[in-house]
Amino acid sequence: MGKVMLEVNNLKTKYVTRFHEDVYAVDGVSLKIEEGKSLGVAGESGCGKSTLALSLMGYYFAPLHYISGDIIVDGKTISGMKPDVVRKSVLGNEIAYIPQAAMNALNPTQKIIRFVEDVIHAHDPKATKKDIYDLARKRFEILGLPESVLQKHAVELSGGMKQRTVIAISTILSPKVLIADEPSSALDVTSQKMVIKMMRDLMDKGFIKSMIFITHELPLLYNVTDDIMVMYAGQIVERGTAKEMVFDPLHPYSKGLMGSIIVPEEGVRDHKLTAIPGTPPNLKHPPEGCRFADRCKYATPTCRGMLPDVKELGNGRAYRCLMSENKIREVYKSEQ
Amino acid sequence: MSNEKKERKPCLTGRGVTKVFGFGDKKTVAVDHVDFDFHEGEFVSIVGESGSGKTTLSKMLLGLISVTEGQIDFQGKPRDISSGRKKKEYWKGIQAIFQDPFSSYNMFNRIDSVLLDCINMRGERNLPYEKKFEMMTEACSFVNLKFAELTNKYPFELSGGQMQRLMIARIFLLKPKILLADEPTSMIDACSRATILDMLLKLRDEINMTIIFITHDIGLAYYVSDTVYIMEHGKFVESGPADKVILHPQAPYTKRLITDVPKIYEEWDLSTV
Repeated sequence: MGKVMLEVNNLKTKYVTRFHEDVYAVDGVSLKIEEGKSLGVAGESGCGKSTLALSLMGYYFAPLHYISGDIIVDGKTISGMKPDVVRKSVLGNEIAYIPQAAMNALNPTQKIIRFVEDVIHAHDPKATKKDIYDLARKRFEILGLPESVLQKHAVELSGGMKQRTVIAISTILSPKVLIADEPSSALDVTSQKMVIKMMRDLMDKGFIKSMIFITHELPLLYNVTDDIMVMYAGQIVERGTAKEMVFDPLHPYSKGLMGSIIVPEEGVRDHKLTAIPGTPPNLKHPPEGCRFADRCKYATPTCRGMLPDVKELGNGRAYRCLMSENKIREVYKSEQ
Repeated sequence: MSNEKKERKPCLTGRGVTKVFGFGDKKTVAVDHVDFDFHEGEFVSIVGESGSGKTTLSKMLLGLISVTEGQIDFQGKPRDISSGRKKKEYWKGIQAIFQDPFSSYNMFNRIDSVLLDCINMRGERNLPYEKKFEMMTEACSFVNLKFAELTNKYPFELSGGQMQRLMIARIFLLKPKILLADEPTSMIDACSRATILDMLLKLRDEINMTIIFITHDIGLAYYVSDTVYIMEHGKFVESGPADKVILHPQAPYTKRLITDVPKIYEEWDLSTV
């Protein structure tokens, strides 16, 4: 067992709307990532994936508020720290975050090397420009970006190149955890592949110690991450290795999600896509029972009455459903 | 997938269709002498990367921009869009849904008026409201929406998936011969994407509509289409039945597109970037 890089215990955060209503977007999430491992987070839009990413950074600003729970990065608790302290000592060197349209963060009037200097000076004001340039040049070379990029402006680069540049800059301090929120979904397939290759390189070369990858593209998660976690309405509904989750999902929601996978391979045209009917519950007033009950075809009155606990099956596999493992498998088998 | 053996009439045909932007040194050939035959009730996909000319071609097909060179035939006759009135007549036969459902609506109009507009456009303005109401309910139930819940809402109150489904409800009311879908699923998450694709397939099967599906995701194209056209730098490099093109690609560009998409049953080779 490797060293635990990120540990989250029962994290709860909420949004407060203009009308002072609370929206519980992340509601009791626990997870653990070991050194050298990556975790994928899947789920449909509005399930709390991106909010989880923001919450994990420990840097809260309105309308996002912290309620309870611990975030421990490499033995250091960062939840409950003041935002200024988090920004100075955690972001960048402990946790790095890449949002979906990261490439738009580049100021068009500045050269790329200025951003690198910015990032390093924020943590080490004494670093000289020459040292920074050498570090950046080496890092860019290893990650397959030409050195000339450093002297260019953002407008001279293509979309995929900009995205890779931003990833390289944000990981220049070798953070312990990288949180990537849909880093490739605004790009076309070829650039997407380059971004993915770069993130793999970052892991393999040890520039980042662990990674959380958030996306709704399941084939991508299957190829990039070791484990996959499925979220629904702010809670984790299932967790397991990538292979288990794609080929043997247990929770009815994960089953539905995995049914929407489309890949250009033989046999895909023969099975019909399964869409999950209905919409997710309103998180202002989350239902008391199982949150998926209204859309689940196996739901019973008991499901609506009580929230099922997460059942641990060992080896990191866990799911949140009242049905037993054997029962679920029987039901799925009888449907085929 | 289905009705493949039936003899089909050509619906939209193009010969040597070209679009050139600019002139002199700055000349850009966006679409370069492409030929195509789209048949009735066929699900056609046009696949290419960004910048390959897919959207330019779709705009020409819709008559939104002029054709520099070449001929487009609609239902066997040369297409005539020389005047505004003729264009409107042409648009009764061809309709489109676009990538961004959020900007496809007039934000000041309620949803029922969006749908009422479609009925009026069909020339059925004088129907009694009960009849119109019935039609709108039918269109909404076709896309699994409840019309009764939507009547007093504005488009921005819906989610992206619901908006895109409402777009399809419009198409269901208008019943054009051809539907041009320009990346209709790229702003929607994977789960709702399945719903949208199923509805497009339903349109083809139930109304025998020709669907031209423009996408950069070759996996989607493989799943839904009868015929696939692969586009690179304004030219079709490969075309044919989906099974043949995707499972046994000939052109190097097609091969590259396929290797760039993540796989599940086979190993995804990352070394070939």
